[in-house]
Amino acid sequence: MGDTLSYFRQDMLPHIWCPGCGHGTATGALVRAIDRLHLDKNKVCIVSGIGCSSRAVGYLDFDTLHTAHGRALAFATGIKLARPELKVIVMTGDGDCTAIGGNHFIHAARRNIGITTIVMNNNIYGMTSGQYSPMTPKGFFGTTAPYGNVERNFDLCELAKSAGATYVARATSYHVPLLIDLIEKALLNPGFSVVEALVQCPTYMGRKNKIGGPVEMLNWIKEGTVNVKAAAALPPEKLKDKILIGELYNKQEGEYTADYDALIARVQRKYDKFQGGLYGCASNSD
Amino acid sequence: MAEKPKVFFHIIRERYCKGCNICVAFCPKQVLVLKDGKVFPERPEACIGCKMCELRCPDFAIEVRAKGEEPVAATESGPIDFGVPPEAHHV
Repeated sequence: MGDTLSYFRQDMLPHIWCPGCGHGTATGALVRAIDRLHLDKNKVCIVSGIGCSSRAVGYLDFDTLHTAHGRALAFATGIKLARPELKVIVMTGDGDCTAIGGNHFIHAARRNIGITTIVMNNNIYGMTSGQYSPMTPKGFFGTTAPYGNVERNFDLCELAKSAGATYVARATSYHVPLLIDLIEKALLNPGFSVVEALVQCPTYMGRKNKIGGPVEMLNWIKEGTVNVKAAAALPPEKLKDKILIGELYNKQEGEYTADYDALIARVQRKYDKFQGGLYGCASNSD
Repeated sequence: MAEKPKVFFHIIRERYCKGCNICVAFCPKQVLVLKDGKVFPERPEACIGCKMCELRCPDFAIEVRAKGEEPVAATESGPIDFGVPPEAHHV
């Protein structure tokens, strides 16, 4: 850590998360990725919503915004449109991003606005004591699903891909070097990039589903995931019920703020020529 | 082997450590142990410097450095004195 600890508000540490919570690992991975890219602290804006994951901005020494539940991407869209030169990062949780802010998420992806979204997916609403979220797998337990969850869960990466995001990746709190690499690539992508970080919630997910503590949860994550490069060579029966990690989608498309600036320039040129009067008005209209 | 093997040492921020056992369990050389609920490098000479404990630590409590590497000024110049145990602040 060392030099990366200077990216934290050290008077706020130690943080509020439970012992063994994976959110700290994902936050550390983000900070290391920023440190690798040597980004200027004053040119980075980190936005979050509500939830365990969204506490992260309180510990990060950047310009940060802690906003309404699910609306982190809406606020971030405003920031990016007003100041396109800023690197806008959204730290959000699975409930914040897919349930309450699901609408904002798909539309930010559709616009392909230059925001890096890090979704810390712990499969449960941790802050409010373990209700099931749209990312809780079928059959898993929560305080609001005492006999098992009957709903199907989202595949967030597929959702982001089909909604139009240009960089989609998934890593876990077990595969931290991969997570750092993917966040670094996502920060360099000009369009909307989504990195889903699978993290452990030992307090609610681990306890309710009898998986165990932080170490057992990390082993569970390790066994349940396969790298997408390794998966290409594996037979399909070995990939049953496995989650793919790695870079899942990367395609360059027109970025929203760049397109918007081009539009403003085009319209401005038209009106700069306008001198007024009936003749000018007639010749200017098209 | 012309290059001298590196020797590593650990910086532990006891005030940050919550004793979650992740670093101890995933250390490939069993360097670390939990002592009174806080991480402690029991066999630092066995450390290979893979930094998996540092990367996986959710609490930013452990750091691995090679001996001879200059310590970064930011670590020690923060407002926190890492030598003071957390209990000292709750008297």
